[in-house]
Amino acid sequence: MAGKTLYDKLWDSHLVHQDADGTSLIYIDRHLVHEVTSPQAFEGLRMAGRKPWRNSSIVANPDHNTPTKDWDKGIEDPVSKLQVDTLDKNMKEFGSLVYFPFKDKNQGIIHVIGPEHGTTLPGMTVVCGDSHTSTHGAFGALAHGIGTSEVEHVLATQTLVAKKSKSMLVKVNGKLGVGVTAKDVALAVIGITGTAGGTGYAIEFAGDVISDLSMEGRMTICNMAIEAGARAGIMAPDEKTAAYLRGKQYAPKADQWDAAVQYWNTLHSDADADFDAVIELEGGDIQPQVTWGTSPEQVLPIGATVPDPVNEADATKRTSIENALKYMGLTPNTPITDIKLDKVFIGSCTNSRIEDLRAAAVVAKGKKVASNIDVAMVVPGSGIVKRQAEEEGLDKIFIEAGFEWREPGCSMCLAMNADRLSAGERCASTSNRNFEGRQGPGGRTHLVSPAMAAAAAIAGHFVDVRNV
Amino acid sequence: MKAFTQITGLAAPLDRANVDTDAIIPKQFLKSIKRTGFGPYLFDEWRYTNYGEPDMDCTNRPLNESFVLNQARYKGAQVLLARENFGCGSSREHAPWAIDDYGFRVIIAPSFADIFYNNCFKNGILPIVASAEKVEQLFKECEATEGYALKVDLSSQTVTTPSGESFSFEVNETSKHNLLNGLDEIGLTLAHEDKIRAFESNHQQQQPWLFA
Repeated sequence: MAGKTLYDKLWDSHLVHQDADGTSLIYIDRHLVHEVTSPQAFEGLRMAGRKPWRNSSIVANPDHNTPTKDWDKGIEDPVSKLQVDTLDKNMKEFGSLVYFPFKDKNQGIIHVIGPEHGTTLPGMTVVCGDSHTSTHGAFGALAHGIGTSEVEHVLATQTLVAKKSKSMLVKVNGKLGVGVTAKDVALAVIGITGTAGGTGYAIEFAGDVISDLSMEGRMTICNMAIEAGARAGIMAPDEKTAAYLRGKQYAPKADQWDAAVQYWNTLHSDADADFDAVIELEGGDIQPQVTWGTSPEQVLPIGATVPDPVNEADATKRTSIENALKYMGLTPNTPITDIKLDKVFIGSCTNSRIEDLRAAAVVAKGKKVASNIDVAMVVPGSGIVKRQAEEEGLDKIFIEAGFEWREPGCSMCLAMNADRLSAGERCASTSNRNFEGRQGPGGRTHLVSPAMAAAAAIAGHFVDVRNV
Repeated sequence: MKAFTQITGLAAPLDRANVDTDAIIPKQFLKSIKRTGFGPYLFDEWRYTNYGEPDMDCTNRPLNESFVLNQARYKGAQVLLARENFGCGSSREHAPWAIDDYGFRVIIAPSFADIFYNNCFKNGILPIVASAEKVEQLFKECEATEGYALKVDLSSQTVTTPSGESFSFEVNETSKHNLLNGLDEIGLTLAHEDKIRAFESNHQQQQPWLFA
């Protein structure tokens, strides 16, 4: 009999009940909550007279609607304010393990603050009404996004109705070149799988490139598993995982630490485990990536030219390319490095951690943002990231270069607050989605790594960060 | 939950692959704390030529005449024909809420994104996966025939076209049962309360640090 995959182990250790058709109840250890996808769930509980099963599983904070500047003015949009106030009210009424209200010194993007406080641990199941919950798989947790009805279900029952996914192994061998980052790996993988290639799968990322990455880099890759269509991305925990967690507030305490690490060491795919699909790529082949279209799979290396639809034989794909070029205002065969930009956004649950800001600061140091860039903003992922960056003087580097240094939040990743693109504006963004209208109606998004975004801000157009 | 048994409904063809949840319901409408009222904003950026805001009265907004759902012949459609990877992107349940509120009860596509697919069942919407060839056939027939209506029967798992041709589709037994009967999933799960408590107690013994 074949061995177990990491996904098998995580699934089996949380299986409460299984029906004959495979429909299962899995136990949920950690429930992350933010203001956008939870109000209707709490309202549902209230209407049914139910209480949360285990409110100590809840880690919450507002992030999507919160402004990233002028915090003293509060939230000016009344509709956004009501949603944030509703989360305050629900947390007060129903209780939680961790709640950082708006303007708390630790508030930030939910997928950044969870790991920072040690509330995401190897071997856990983690859910959140947010598709980028896959981020937490970097710790060897089974983590994925759920809908609001499921948020209510988890609140009420501490379980999720689920069917086991198929398993895919994405193995990234060798070493990354200088200037090539976790974001480029994520985009390169999506370029291979397509945005639907991971549908129905949990993706395990492995290989030397993954082992060499920091926890921040690993989170960036798992974060974007959903952009490959997979609800969950996972990585086996190792010494780096344990080192990251040691001493964090909700990590295992000294008397339980050894037992915990001993258990975490079992959380890897067995050598003889079978995967339903395997993709292997060489880290050394991966170039800095830039998306040119309106789907993350429409991605190319920095040295490439924008595709020409006449070269696409498949009719549906050809139409997609034509639609994307039209929306993006791009002409076929244009070199990526000729694409001029209006705005630059460094932030989001994909790339707003300390390592991301350091990588961008290295490029920005002593330089100036190009005159054609209206706004270049850096939005740290959390209060903790912000303070750390300020201690290292990164804020000064950014401000001197002409970047805006903002308060933490989701910001222009999805533009639910005031940070957004106007119609026709073109942005180099370290976020995760380049969908039409994602960063503002009519806005044009190109996804890149933090270093590539900073280099583009300085040049005013895309450049190969390896030549900067 | 709303039950779904059988409908015969007008079909409308949305000829785009990878329709994402940002397109289905743009982010500004996610600020609502309600589950209802999203229908007028479904596909907002494709449907209207001006920028939509929450609570906006849509009756006099300028329509994008070239958008398929704005064509008079598709008014009142209940079956949405779509292309591959429909509903990709975010987990927002506002997407199926908007689709339901607009009046669609069935979506037929070659493939759906996982989270969106699950979310449909929680809201009485039936997502049907059909082969790319079958979907292509339905698109062609629908575009060629005004008033093209499909009969969708969950119990027999069949779709019947106006010419009487039928094809069957797959659906998970539990999802089917719950949808046919409009069952409250939380209530069903709580029938296993003892099992959940026993699991939890054992889990806590094995990994006490998870319960800190």
